[in-house]
Amino acid sequence: MREALALKDHRSESQIYVERAATGAVVVLVLFSLLILRVGYLQTVQYSDSVARSEKNRVQVVARPPVRGLILDRQGVLLADNRPSRNLEVIPEQIVNMEDTLFHLATVLEMSEEETARFRRLSGRTTRRFESAPVLFDLSDEQVARFEANRFRFPGLSVQAKLVRNYPQGALMAHAVGSVRRINDRDAASLNATAYASTDHIGKLGVERFYETELLGQVGYDRVEANARGRMMRVLDGVKPINGQNLTLYLDAGLQAAADRALDGRRGAVVAIDPKTGGILALLSRPAYDPNLFVQGISHQNYNALRTSMDAPLFNRAIQGQYQPGSTLKPFIGLIALGGSTVTVSDSIEDPGWYQLPGNERLYRDWNWTKTNDGGHGRVNIEKALYRSCNVYFYDLAVRLGIDRLSQDLKQFGFGQASVLDLPDANAGLLPSRAWKRATRKLPWYPGDTVNLGIGHGDILVTPLQMAAAVAALANRGRWVAPRMAQNQSFEDAARSSPSGAGQLPEHVWEPIIGGMEKVVHRGNQIYGENGTAWSYIGRDIEYRMAGKSGTAQVVAIEQGEVYEASIIEERKRKHAWFIAFAPIEDPKIALAVLLENGGGGSEYAAPVAREIIDYYLLEGAGSRVPDVAMARRQ
Amino acid sequence: MSGDFVRRLPGGATSFRNHRGEFTWFNLDPWLMLILLSIVSFGLVVLHSASDGNWVVVEAQLVRLGLGFGLMILIAQIPPYFLLRTAPLLYGLGLILLLLIYPFGTEVNGSRRWLRVPGVLNFQPSELMKLFLPMVLAWYFHERHLPPGLKPVLVSCLLLLVPAGLIIVQPDLGTGLMIATSGFLVLILAGLPWRYMLRVGALVLISAPALWFVIKDYQRGRILTMFDPERDPLGAGWNIIQSKIAIGSGGFSGKGLLNGTQSHLDFLPESSTDFIIAVLAEELGFLGVVSLLALYGLFILRGLMMSLNAQDTFGRLLCGSITFTFSVYVFVNIGMVSGILPVVGVPLPLVSYGGTALLTLFAGFGLMMSIHSHRRITLL
Repeated sequence: MREALALKDHRSESQIYVERAATGAVVVLVLFSLLILRVGYLQTVQYSDSVARSEKNRVQVVARPPVRGLILDRQGVLLADNRPSRNLEVIPEQIVNMEDTLFHLATVLEMSEEETARFRRLSGRTTRRFESAPVLFDLSDEQVARFEANRFRFPGLSVQAKLVRNYPQGALMAHAVGSVRRINDRDAASLNATAYASTDHIGKLGVERFYETELLGQVGYDRVEANARGRMMRVLDGVKPINGQNLTLYLDAGLQAAADRALDGRRGAVVAIDPKTGGILALLSRPAYDPNLFVQGISHQNYNALRTSMDAPLFNRAIQGQYQPGSTLKPFIGLIALGGSTVTVSDSIEDPGWYQLPGNERLYRDWNWTKTNDGGHGRVNIEKALYRSCNVYFYDLAVRLGIDRLSQDLKQFGFGQASVLDLPDANAGLLPSRAWKRATRKLPWYPGDTVNLGIGHGDILVTPLQMAAAVAALANRGRWVAPRMAQNQSFEDAARSSPSGAGQLPEHVWEPIIGGMEKVVHRGNQIYGENGTAWSYIGRDIEYRMAGKSGTAQVVAIEQGEVYEASIIEERKRKHAWFIAFAPIEDPKIALAVLLENGGGGSEYAAPVAREIIDYYLLEGAGSRVPDVAMARRQ
Repeated sequence: MSGDFVRRLPGGATSFRNHRGEFTWFNLDPWLMLILLSIVSFGLVVLHSASDGNWVVVEAQLVRLGLGFGLMILIAQIPPYFLLRTAPLLYGLGLILLLLIYPFGTEVNGSRRWLRVPGVLNFQPSELMKLFLPMVLAWYFHERHLPPGLKPVLVSCLLLLVPAGLIIVQPDLGTGLMIATSGFLVLILAGLPWRYMLRVGALVLISAPALWFVIKDYQRGRILTMFDPERDPLGAGWNIIQSKIAIGSGGFSGKGLLNGTQSHLDFLPESSTDFIIAVLAEELGFLGVVSLLALYGLFILRGLMMSLNAQDTFGRLLCGSITFTFSVYVFVNIGMVSGILPVVGVPLPLVSYGGTALLTLFAGFGLMMSIHSHRRITLL
C-alpha cells in the first residue's frame, strides 16, 4: 500500500466527485423523465385501448342456453322433453399432467378405451382460456360418487349438470319426431356461433330439424366479472334466455302405439292423416331405433349395428321408402278417367283374364288368370274394377288415357313431389313421363309402360306418406290438404306446396270411386268372385263405413353384395303389401296408408292392419283417450 | 475546504446534538427520515390495496419496516472510521459466505442462494454483498490517488467481478448484475476515466451478439418478450401485457384505491411485490406515479447532498453509490413493469412487499446516516 502513503489531493478528488455526482444526477433526471414519459404514454395514448382490454379481461360474457322446447302430441303426451345429465367437464389449463389425470380417471370411473379417446378429442376443443369442455356424458350416480370422493386428485375436472334431450317414447316416435345430435365440428362451421353458444345439440332429423329455430329459443347471457383463473366473482347484468317454443303435433301417441301393435314387429310403415287438416296422426316406420342413443353421441359399436342391419332400422320407410303403389293407384286413375270422360260409370268391358295391345303378342294377365285361360272377371265396370281390383280394366283404361294424361293428372294427388310441409327428409317418389324416360333412360316411352302404369307397376314410385296424402284428398272429395306434423303453424308457402291441378276434378267423379272402394271392404256374402277383395279379411264385422283399396307391389330390387341365408332372401323376394283406406265414408276422420315390406297380399295382410288402426281411432273413444304410455314405450 | 486535512477523526458522540450543536437525533438525518417515512407510508397504502385490503400483509410489512428502521438506527451509530477499517474484512467474510453456499447452500427452484443455519439464521449472502462490495471499493479508492490509473481500475474490477460472478453462477443473474452495477457506480464516482468506459462500452457492444448465445433460453425469451410481448400472450408475455394494461387503464387519476380490476381480479401477477407500481398506476393513475417518483427524487437529492457533505473519499463514494444504486433499482423496476426493460426480479424499493431486500436497503440508509451525522462541516 505504498500509494496510500503519498499525499492525496483532496481538493481535486472532491472536485472529481462533484462532477461525477452532477453527471449522475443528470442521468437520473433523464432516466426518471423517461419513466414519466413512458407511463404518461401508456396512460394517455394507450389509455382507451388499455381500458378496453382491462374491461375485456374483467368482464366475461357467459352464454345462458335456452331450454329446448318440448314436443307434444295432440293430447299433450310428451314426445320429446329435457332431462338433466351430469357431465364431466374439464378446464384444460388447470390440468397439470393430462396423461396422469386420464390414467387415474379411467381407473376411478372405469372408462372404456373409446371414452378415453373421446376425452382426449373433446378436451382440445376449448377456444378461450379457462373455458370448460364436456368430455364424459351421463355419469351414473356411482360414477359421480366415486369422482367426488377422489376429487382432490383431479384439479381442473368437475361434474356439471346440463339439460339434454330425452325421448320418453323411445323407438316408437323415432321416425316421427326425429332427433337431435351433438353439434360436431362440421356443424359448428356453418352455425351462428352466438345463437348456439353453450348449446350442445341441434335438431338433425324430422320435426326436430325442421322446427330447429322455434325449438331452440334465444340464447341469453350474463355479463360476469371473472378473475384471471376464470372464476366468476359476480354477475354484472345480462339478458335472460328465451326458452324454445313448445311444439304440439297432430300426432296421436295412442294411435301411433296402436299402429305399432298392428304391425306386430313386421317391417313396414303406417301413415295416418286427418283429412280435414292434413295433420299427420301417425307416422310409423318399423323397425326403428332408440333416438336417445344418438343424443349424447352413439358408440361405434351401436352405430355399426344399426347401420349394417339388413332390416335398416335407421331408414324412415314412411317418408323415404319408395315403393310401387300397385293396385292402390287404381282409384286415382279411375278418378282421372271419369273426370276426363274417358269412361262413364256405366261403361264396361269384358275381361277374359288378359289384355293385349293392338299388334302385340304379349299378354298382360289379370291377377286371377289361370293357365287354363278360364280366369277373368267377366263384365266389369269401374266400380267392380275397383272392388275386384280388375287389372285388365285398368290396363285398358290407362292405354285409353295415354301416358301424357296420366303423368300430368296424377300430379294433383301429390305423386312425384314431396308435398309434406314440415318433414324435410321426405322423398318425392317418381311419377314417370315420356320426358323423364328420355332424360334418364335414353329410351322412348313404350305402350307397354302405360299398361303397367295402369296397375301401379313399372317405374312409378310412391312413399307411404304420399299415398296417405292422396287418400286424404280423395276422402275430401278433391280438396287438397298438405300433410303436416305441427299444429298452429302458419305456412305461408302452403299454397305453393299444393300440387298443380288439385281440386279441378268435377264433383260427379268422387262417389263412384269411393263407392267402389267401399265395396272393397263391405261387399260380401256374394257368389264366388263377387265379394270385395278385403271383405273376408276385414269387412265381416265392421261397425263403420270404410273405403279401402289393397295393393300388391313387386319388389324392385334386392340388396346385392351381402351374403344372407337363402330363407331370408326368399322372404325378401315376396311382394310388398299395401292397403289404403279412409273412414267414415260420410265424414272422413282418418285417411291412411299401410305398407308391409315383403308382406304378401295387400288385402290379406295389410288390410287387417289398417282396420285395427282405424278401429282404435274411431271406436276406442277418440278425444277422451289417455294413451298408454307404457305400451307406447315398447321398442 | 479547511477540514480536508482532518482525515481520521474519531466519530461524533451518540447524542441529540452534534459537535456544532445541530440537532441530530441518534445520528439520524431528519430530512432523510422524513422522506423515507413519506415513501414508506405511501407504499403501505398501495400495498394495502395491492393485497386486496388484507391487513395481515400490511402488518407483516410494518414489522419488517420496524426492523429496517431499527437496523438503520443501529448502523447510524457506527463511526465511519470503523466502517472504513472493517470494510476489507467484511468483504472477505462476504466472499467466504458466498463460497460456503457451494458445499452448504440450500437449493430452491434450481438455484443455490440461501445459507441456512438451522433454527438461527436463513439468509442470502448476496444481500450482504450489496453493501460490502461498495464499502470495499470505497475503502480501496479511499487509499488511492484519484482519478485512478489503470492498475487500481483493474484491481477494483477484480474486486467487483469475483462476487458478481459467484452470484451470477448461483444462478442469480439479476442480483449479480445489480451488485456489479453498484460496484461500477463506485468506480464511476471515483473518477473512472471516460476513455476506459468508452472502451469497455465498445467491447460490450461488440460482444453483445456473442453474449446472446451465452445466456440461457429463458433469459433470451425475456428479452424477446420485452420487444414483443404478444409473441406469447398467455405465457412469457402475460405479465408484461397485463401490467401495461393495468398502467394504461389507470389514466390520469386512476380507478381509485381497491378498485383496480387488473390487480384485484388477479390478472396482474406479483401485484404486491415486483409489479406493485402497476397497482399504483392503475388505482392512482399518472398523478400517483409522478408523486412517488417525486418522493424518490427527493430521496436521491438528499442522498446526493449527504454524499457531497461527506468528509472523505470513503464517505462520499459509499454515500453516493448507495444513492445511485437506489435510483437504478427504481428505474429498473418501473422500466421493467412498464415494458421498456426486460423482466428481472428487482423489487420497487421501500414499496414492494418483501423481506431481506428491504433490510439491506435500510442498512444502506444507516451507512449514509452514519457518514452524514459524523461529519465535521456542512457544505450544503
